[in-house]
Amino acid sequence: MTALGKIDTSVFTEYLATHEKKSLLRFLTCGSVDDGKSTLIGRLLYDTKLIFEDQLAGLEKDSKRFGTVGEEIDLALLVDGLQAEREQGITIDVAYRFFTTEKRKFIVADTPGHEQYTRNMATGASNADLAVILIDARKGILTQTRRHSFIVSLLGIKHVVLAVNKIDLMAYSQSVFERIHEDYKAFAADFGFESLQAIPLSARFGDNVLERSPSMAWYDGPTLVEHLETVEIERNLWEKPFRLPVQWVNRPDLNFRGFSGTIASGVLRPGDDIVVAASGKTSKVRSIVTYDGELPVAGADEAVTVTLEDEIDISRGDVLASPVSRPEVGDQFQASLIWMNEDELLPGRPYLLKIGARTVTATVTDIRHKTDVNSFEKLAAKTLKLNEVATVNIATQAPIAFDAYAENKATGAFILIDRISNLTLGAGLIDHSLRRASNVHWQALEVSKAARAEIKRQKPAVLWFTGLSGAGKSTIANLLEKKLLSLGYHTTLLDGDNVRHGLNKDLGFSDADRVENIRRVAEVAKLMTEAGLITLVSFISPFRAERQMARELLETGEFVEIHVATPLAIAEARDVKGLYKKARAGEIPNFTGIDSPYEAPEAPEIVVAEKGEAPEAEAERIFQWLFDNGYLPVEPNYVI
Amino acid sequence: MSITPERLTHLRRLEAEAIHIMREVAAEFKNPVMLYSIGKDSSVMLHLALKAFYPSKPPFPLMHIDTTWKFREMIKFRDDTAARLGLQLIKHTNADGVRDNVNPFDYGSSVYTGIMKTDALKQALTAHGFDAAFGGARRDEEKSRAKERIFSFRTQNHGWDPKNQRPELWNLYNARIKPGESIRVFPLSNWTELDIWQYILVEDIPIVPLYFSAPRPVVERGGQWIMVDDKRLPLGEGEVPEIRNVRFRTLGCYPLTAAIESEAATLEEIVAEMLVARTSERSGRLIDHDEAGSMEKKKREGYF
Repeated sequence: MTALGKIDTSVFTEYLATHEKKSLLRFLTCGSVDDGKSTLIGRLLYDTKLIFEDQLAGLEKDSKRFGTVGEEIDLALLVDGLQAEREQGITIDVAYRFFTTEKRKFIVADTPGHEQYTRNMATGASNADLAVILIDARKGILTQTRRHSFIVSLLGIKHVVLAVNKIDLMAYSQSVFERIHEDYKAFAADFGFESLQAIPLSARFGDNVLERSPSMAWYDGPTLVEHLETVEIERNLWEKPFRLPVQWVNRPDLNFRGFSGTIASGVLRPGDDIVVAASGKTSKVRSIVTYDGELPVAGADEAVTVTLEDEIDISRGDVLASPVSRPEVGDQFQASLIWMNEDELLPGRPYLLKIGARTVTATVTDIRHKTDVNSFEKLAAKTLKLNEVATVNIATQAPIAFDAYAENKATGAFILIDRISNLTLGAGLIDHSLRRASNVHWQALEVSKAARAEIKRQKPAVLWFTGLSGAGKSTIANLLEKKLLSLGYHTTLLDGDNVRHGLNKDLGFSDADRVENIRRVAEVAKLMTEAGLITLVSFISPFRAERQMARELLETGEFVEIHVATPLAIAEARDVKGLYKKARAGEIPNFTGIDSPYEAPEAPEIVVAEKGEAPEAEAERIFQWLFDNGYLPVEPNYVI
Repeated sequence: MSITPERLTHLRRLEAEAIHIMREVAAEFKNPVMLYSIGKDSSVMLHLALKAFYPSKPPFPLMHIDTTWKFREMIKFRDDTAARLGLQLIKHTNADGVRDNVNPFDYGSSVYTGIMKTDALKQALTAHGFDAAFGGARRDEEKSRAKERIFSFRTQNHGWDPKNQRPELWNLYNARIKPGESIRVFPLSNWTELDIWQYILVEDIPIVPLYFSAPRPVVERGGQWIMVDDKRLPLGEGEVPEIRNVRFRTLGCYPLTAAIESEAATLEEIVAEMLVARTSERSGRLIDHDEAGSMEKKKREGYF
């Protein structure tokens, strides 16, 4: 509690001026369990004097309780933040740490080495310019080392430090260090690293971390901190073509209309020509507005607001770009995808894709191959599980502007979000556009859907019956169709069992195949709707996401979801086809309601047979609903 | 002017990152709010919001959770700031706590904080239906904060599950929530205490005068100086307030916030003093000392 006394600030003026001009380096550390990542970061904080005394006191207290290094202070405890991790002695989530030296400020992402947490490593790597890959000198290169290097390379990190830790336990041996270095160079040759610096060190004792090690006179390279302070990270974003994803339209009053966003790449000056990537509309920059005044020039990473000479239509999600070097605009592309969720990726299932400030619906149309992150082997796959990496084709519902990730991280990276749980499911890196998007043009049709429907004197619609096997979907649908037909309406019926004998005979009952099954049926129903028909679809269709996809394929109001809500007990008691009995006996795997989930609709247009009511009455109810809601608008062709 | 990566110093990159985050929130949420605690971090956050939306005003209100035990100078600064900038300020106090006379002395700091801060915050967020709330927390403050996302998901009960956080890559923030759920947003996540002070210095941002040294009435308790801000502070037997030159490194409820003896009366002197100080700033907050993992526990329950 002693006062510090009046400080002479003049001595700090120079220090502050230096600190203010420092650059920033973001790096991540990765390694296997017990390689000593957390200890290394603890060491960096300790040696650069960023551990305050009261934190140190807490550390000594914690070391006695959880410590793994006997009587010494366990530096790893300083960075293993969450209580669960402290008790288990492992790092389970990305932690961000900060330290500074005379030359640079550093943000460190400490990422876990466990296989099941690979997604966290990708998270840490996404914002890093450099990776420190730790290796235990006693163990050499492990499977995890290969995996970490692969992910680092995949995320486009060009600078790697190979930190050969625990060299003290190998008697500071030069030959051990050199053998590991050679081994690593051999397998990392294809990773496209621009710099690779191997450093022998001991995080526990501080050798070659900040201070040069007296025990390794044979090593004449830089210490870890020396290297981090001086490595040239050429981000060269300023030389790349101009890109500005518009985040927010700034409109305080009728006299000002600006477009706010962070410049992804390139530079911008008043008077420059720009193009709105998706619409192709062009204009000139009038001014670059900031709180601190208008700027004569702004470059990548700066958050600005731009005003234009012309009133053109621009909204959130648009990308302003240089007209001479435009981004790709398309709805199909190839990408690398890292899957980050317990629920597997299902091709054909609609997800939300967020790229820049744009969010669109997207599906993975094809998994070209997945890559074994340990052996780098390319393998065939129908789905992707947590922590798997694959090359995929993706189709978006609307065209988006993008660049290859290798060219521009900010306009080539995307995330996939689940439309129901809202969880972030995966991270993607765009490779290239699939030219199909630009080569397969829509054929303009002479006869419209409206015209086809009009001649039938009806409003086309898809009546989508969903429910458990044996719920009575087909029975009710058949009764309803008979009634509609007898009144002169033009209908057709797609039945799950029948379609599986023909169009979908190549599909099984895995989740992935069920998704594809419904996707095809939805597309067929859409074609039928184009023909002006009232289409009855009778499919179990157990997943909300696919029914939502079908709904979105159609125009508003065309999709009528009918939940045939017969309870499982009743459907199973009926067991018309004897399927429940077989499923219970384990003869039919993935049977909906037994060992595969049925996701009931949250807001169906109609619910029927909740208590297993008679199908005739329920068909009549649906007919009445259609009539009341204007689906059967014109007088029937025949009056019976 | 040459265009090189070095043109953007680390402070400018942090500034741009925070502005980007704020614009995402304004664009993606229906009803965001900025939690304004009146401290230096809030001052920086508010300044960044002015920059992010200029020439518009920030498109969200400020909200202060008033425990009724804040320093008087803080309350004055809060009201002056909102008036000067013409921003909407929501003040919320837990009326149940006031009715029951919940105070730090009779209830202890932990129960008091739970009722007057955590519960009050949850009440206010629910009452106004805010779907996103900016907070000024930084990852360098405390170990459990080091792992928090910038967009931090909260359940309908405002709970935080550290084992079940959404992955957060690049600058692509997932703002999707269901009704009743919310996101806490931390635009200063990557700032350190030194960055905050330097930015205040460079940008000349107004802060509460309590950060600067002045003669103030204090009493010594448990090795720390507590300021006698009003007559509600119960004095022990023989405890007589004395006038000392003190200042605060962090601001909260006055009975729970320790002052340090200091002569630093300008921003330059504060920063200089910080650089030679050997005690981290949260040590002045008495609530962190209860037990290991205490902050993580509070956060799971909905504390900011």
